[in-house]
Amino acid sequence: MPPYAGPPVARSDDIAGTLRLLACIVLAIGLMVLDHQAQWLKTVRGYAELLVEPLWEVAGMPARLGRTVREDAATLGRLTDENDALRNALLVERARNARLQAAAAENARLRGLLGAAEQGGLDVQLAPILDIALDPNRQRLTLDIGSAAGVREGQAVIDAGGLIGQVTRVRHSSAEVLLLTDPSHAVPVAVSRNGIRLVVYGRGDHLELANIPMSADVKVGDLIVTSGLGERFPPGFPVGTVARLQPDASRTFLIAVLTPAAQLDRGRDVLLLRGRQATAAAAVPAPGTAGDTPPGAGPPAVPRTAPAEPAP
Amino acid sequence: MSRARKPWLLPLSLLLGLLLGLLPLPDAVVPLRPYWLALVLAYWLLEDHGRIGLGGVFALGLFADLAYGTLLGEQALRLSAMFFILQRFRAQMRFYPMPQQALAIGGLLLNDLILATVVDFAFGIPPRPWLAWLSPLVGAVLWPMLFVALDAVRIGRRR
Repeated sequence: MPPYAGPPVARSDDIAGTLRLLACIVLAIGLMVLDHQAQWLKTVRGYAELLVEPLWEVAGMPARLGRTVREDAATLGRLTDENDALRNALLVERARNARLQAAAAENARLRGLLGAAEQGGLDVQLAPILDIALDPNRQRLTLDIGSAAGVREGQAVIDAGGLIGQVTRVRHSSAEVLLLTDPSHAVPVAVSRNGIRLVVYGRGDHLELANIPMSADVKVGDLIVTSGLGERFPPGFPVGTVARLQPDASRTFLIAVLTPAAQLDRGRDVLLLRGRQATAAAAVPAPGTAGDTPPGAGPPAVPRTAPAEPAP
Repeated sequence: MSRARKPWLLPLSLLLGLLLGLLPLPDAVVPLRPYWLALVLAYWLLEDHGRIGLGGVFALGLFADLAYGTLLGEQALRLSAMFFILQRFRAQMRFYPMPQQALAIGGLLLNDLILATVVDFAFGIPPRPWLAWLSPLVGAVLWPMLFVALDAVRIGRRR
């Protein structure tokens, strides 16, 4: 028996296995036929596929990841390049911008000058500054235009704020301007508030009103304008404001220190006044007359002050 | 003895086999892709017999049909047939030297491919590209690696 005990058991196992296989095959074929023919199984299958959808997601992940990494790398490279280019562009733009700002500031100054000219209906000429000499004893400007451009001796020089000085020497293509603050310069002026006539002297680095009678009505903050006396300067141009009042050495007069109305030490351009200079140019030498005549002739010449006052 | 040591490995490896079959590949290589699920299943049927029966194989086949979008029941049929053959020759195959075992697996896969082609033909599905007939060979070449890898994970440090 023992020799035969094994095989029959195995055979019955085999038969059962084969039967089960057959059942599976039949079931599978049945399913396939149904799947192939019947529509309702297709909808069932559609629902069942929701089950395996996560599987598809997971299977697609490596490819998506790879694509993302590749795209990111490409993007990174492109962004790096772009960043470099932009950095360079930014530097260039910054430099350009700095230049533009300088130009804008200059533009504003020029507009100021033009505004000053237009407000008074003045005939002016724009003159670039070539050189300046600003030691206390010699306050001069050299302009970049000269007789070739119609500059004449004695012309008043202004900027947006007010009077700067006068032309004292003219060469072919340059001219020298004596600044208000030059020690040899004097301007006949009036206090714009009440018309009191005085003379402003240059003191090297500041302006001074000298010989003010103690009784005169001059206060700190008063605006001082040209009076037009002496015919050298047209009336009504601001010269400065009174910053400080103090008695002079003799204690019989007051001395006022002025803050210049013009920006004597700023800007690269000034305005030359034309017009009435055709007549005024006859009176030379310039600094001497401007400085010397008004103090003596000023106080008695009452009628001449009238046109000076309405101007500011 | 080591049967219940890592119960998660069987479903995990089958899932991995399914995923490997779904993984997008360059179009030129797709026909060469071996039947990963069958390879993994064959390992388990040979090495850890009894953990998965005909019903389980059939259900796995149905699930694979859903996942791969094949005719419902096709892979169930193919895997069931493979189960039957492996059960028949398990005793012999287990003790084959590795090259011979790989060859036998290649034959098994070829048989499976023939079965699939028959099914395709029966239902009027366009036949596979001729390159697909090389996939059993690829499967056979990959078999030793798969076997060693799964063995290493399953038995672990014992070796």
